[in-house]
Amino acid sequence: MATSRTAVEMRGIVKRFPGVLANDHVDFDLRAGEIHALLGENGAGKSTLMSVLAGLYKPEAGITLVRGEPVSFNSPRDAIARGLGMIHQHFTLVPSQTVTENILLGLDEPRFLMRLSAYDRRMAELGERFGLKVSPQAKIWQLSVGEQQRVEVLKMLYRGVQVLIMDEPTAVLAPQEIEELFKTLRAMASEGKSIVFISHKLQEVTAIADRVTVLRRGKATAAGLKTSETSRAELAKLMVGREVLFHLDKKPHAFGEVVLKLEDVRAQNDKGLPALRGVSLTVRSGEVVGIAAIAGNGQSELAEVITGLRRATAGRVLVSGEDVTNHSAALAIQKGVAHVPEDRTHVGSAPNLSITDNVIMKSYRHAPLARGWSLNRLAARQKAEELKEEYSILAPSVDTSVRLLSGGNLQRVILARELSAKPKLLIAMQPTRGLDVGAIEGVQRLLLTQCEAGAAVLLSSEELEEIFALSDRIIVMYEGEVVGELTEHDAETIGLMMTGAKRQTPGSPA
Amino acid sequence: MTTTTPTLPNRRFSLPFVIKVEPRLDAPAWLGPVVSLGAIAVALLLGAVVLKLVGGNPWAAYAHIAKAAFGDIGVFSDTLVKATPLMMVGLACSIAFRMKLWNIGAEGQFYMGALGASMVVLIPIAPETAPGWITLPLMLIAGMAFGAGWGFIPGWLKAKLKVNEIITTLMMNYIAVAFVNFFVFAVWSEGGFQMSKTFQRAAWLPRLADFATEIKLFRGLTTHAGLLIGIAAAAVIWYILYRSLWGYEIRLIGDNPRAAQYAGLNITRNTVLVMMTSGALAGLAGMSEIAGAVHRLQTSISPGYGFTGIIIAWLAKLNPLVVIPVSILFGGLILAGREIQPSGVPRLIQGIILFMLIASDVLMRYRVRIAWNADAGADV
Repeated sequence: MATSRTAVEMRGIVKRFPGVLANDHVDFDLRAGEIHALLGENGAGKSTLMSVLAGLYKPEAGITLVRGEPVSFNSPRDAIARGLGMIHQHFTLVPSQTVTENILLGLDEPRFLMRLSAYDRRMAELGERFGLKVSPQAKIWQLSVGEQQRVEVLKMLYRGVQVLIMDEPTAVLAPQEIEELFKTLRAMASEGKSIVFISHKLQEVTAIADRVTVLRRGKATAAGLKTSETSRAELAKLMVGREVLFHLDKKPHAFGEVVLKLEDVRAQNDKGLPALRGVSLTVRSGEVVGIAAIAGNGQSELAEVITGLRRATAGRVLVSGEDVTNHSAALAIQKGVAHVPEDRTHVGSAPNLSITDNVIMKSYRHAPLARGWSLNRLAARQKAEELKEEYSILAPSVDTSVRLLSGGNLQRVILARELSAKPKLLIAMQPTRGLDVGAIEGVQRLLLTQCEAGAAVLLSSEELEEIFALSDRIIVMYEGEVVGELTEHDAETIGLMMTGAKRQTPGSPA
Repeated sequence: MTTTTPTLPNRRFSLPFVIKVEPRLDAPAWLGPVVSLGAIAVALLLGAVVLKLVGGNPWAAYAHIAKAAFGDIGVFSDTLVKATPLMMVGLACSIAFRMKLWNIGAEGQFYMGALGASMVVLIPIAPETAPGWITLPLMLIAGMAFGAGWGFIPGWLKAKLKVNEIITTLMMNYIAVAFVNFFVFAVWSEGGFQMSKTFQRAAWLPRLADFATEIKLFRGLTTHAGLLIGIAAAAVIWYILYRSLWGYEIRLIGDNPRAAQYAGLNITRNTVLVMMTSGALAGLAGMSEIAGAVHRLQTSISPGYGFTGIIIAWLAKLNPLVVIPVSILFGGLILAGREIQPSGVPRLIQGIILFMLIASDVLMRYRVRIAWNADAGADV
């Protein structure tokens, strides 16, 4: 029975997005005064479930009870009125205003006169109570990301939330900041507030949460498991799933010569912090090398360095023995490096242009697409028609803007463009992320066909299962370094390496 | 705990229907023209209401405007004279906006083009006795080169140093006007007036009136060859944008610069080139205006053509061929503003049309749907 100590109960939540079943009859319950972790891989449906709870989405089916009472929220405002608040990964703060002003924004009080100093004091008191160190008079732009997060927490506390949902709060924090956040969360829980902590990091979940609910592909694989009664290994299994869903016939074949060779490559991320700290690896022709790593551990930057989109600060990148370090993206394309980028819509495609315009993006300068200075539109159209057929791209015509395509079809457009160039090296970043089950299988088969045709494939995926199904060799990255290299599909060891809990001593077999 | 999955009844009190505005996934080809014409019709109706409220007779006013701009071949010729520079600056803005380069500097590039063309006559580079087929091409090249040069500076700053081109192009308008004024007042002033001497006939673009001896109808018509140059330029720009490799690059960079970079395109070079092309077209407008209509260098050669060009480019949805009719419409409204009193009326209508056309864009991107409550809750 639902007791009075139950803060929130969600039953049979179904939420569908075009082509994706994000939540498939998910049950979730939250007790008063507990920290409840929602664990799962990217795209497992964690954020969707909590967005339903916070009034951002309306579910297709299912019921939500708050303190035993059924509710139906039309907006986050309704949810906050019931004491439910969510802090998203991207903050919603006004940079040019002070902390106090941001917290008061949108509230009915104060009505007309802003006696800010009085409110400043109240904010300071509230912050002190929960160990949230931040100056009320500071402008948001002056604050670090960690401090901005504290402002978001204060905003929710000031609105009197009883249930605080935090979407991957530690992703942007430094280790000491994480520790401080945890202290705050414990202080809140001890006052009887409930916290939902969305994460895909096992280590943090076991450190902070009282109970865990694990989501996998939109379904709950464990509901309300006590953290004290489980282990990281068990959680990893629940999160990643052990069995391989598809049986892919991976024909054994010999590898050829080395196509990609990285020597002690170093690079920085967009914030100017080191993202790659001396990565060395090789990929041979006909071989699939999988990179297992949690998001943000350097795999994106690695792909960008190889494809000429990011500068390496040290080290060498060799493609077929030729040094291509810090040359242009055009040179990498010319050398036969294909790239399926992580971000399909912002990097991999031009959303308002047609399928035709998108598939010729890398080949329009050459015959038969180019005729002098002109674009041979007939040839371009014909090529698009052929690729649409060959890669089963579902669209009314090749003139359709790609922004109208589903995720799976857009990915097929990108794969059609990249694979039709008959690449020597294929860098595939999260090639199946967010796709539905059928599309995933199609994409995986395409990758295997490439490697059977003799291409070297470097694959990065957050689905360990996919890495296992496709890779001949697995490289584990953690904080910009290669921490392990193995050929066996040992989910537990790899999981520990991905979270930094274990690393292979260089040179020794796993 | 129950095991069924109940769905909550909709307990909200509300109207029996909800008006939903949804992103439009697919726009049929006929929608664009229909929405644009509808917007113009609504604008004319709104204008009529305003005119009626101030005690005028809207239909008489509209008839008057139509007559003043398109009523007979004489005024239509004058409309075309006004439309010629508008067409070229409209093209200048269209190509830049295609790549999401916000060139607000067509006005300055227009002035620089006029200056460059004038130099050919006033320095002189082409001697006074040179025939038109030498002088005019030289003026054309000089005008376009000066415009391109004025476009190069913000283009280079944007490409290399990421300086916001809106600010630089806007500021450089004032520099260009002052620069031209310097030459008008201090170097080529004719008897202390704020204008140079009139150009020799060889530096005039041929006008319809020049052929009046053969074709009587052309007598007194001032439409000049600049119109033909403008139409040819529209065709060339259309070809570049929709048929050439370079145009494909411009459209790709304009739609998603990150994808363009990923595909190996050189964004720096294209930024500079497109700004220079845009400047060259605006410079061409300046050349055409002084060689075709003004026939000397003077102050205030443009009543803001460079800015009207921005409006024209948008109304034409950045399609070079649509720029032609839109600039003729605007040429007519400018002309009517001079002919009829009060002159504010055509400007009022111009403003309302612009407003309605911009507002109508919402209908291109969104579909307004009335959902009855039965399906109001379903999101997908």
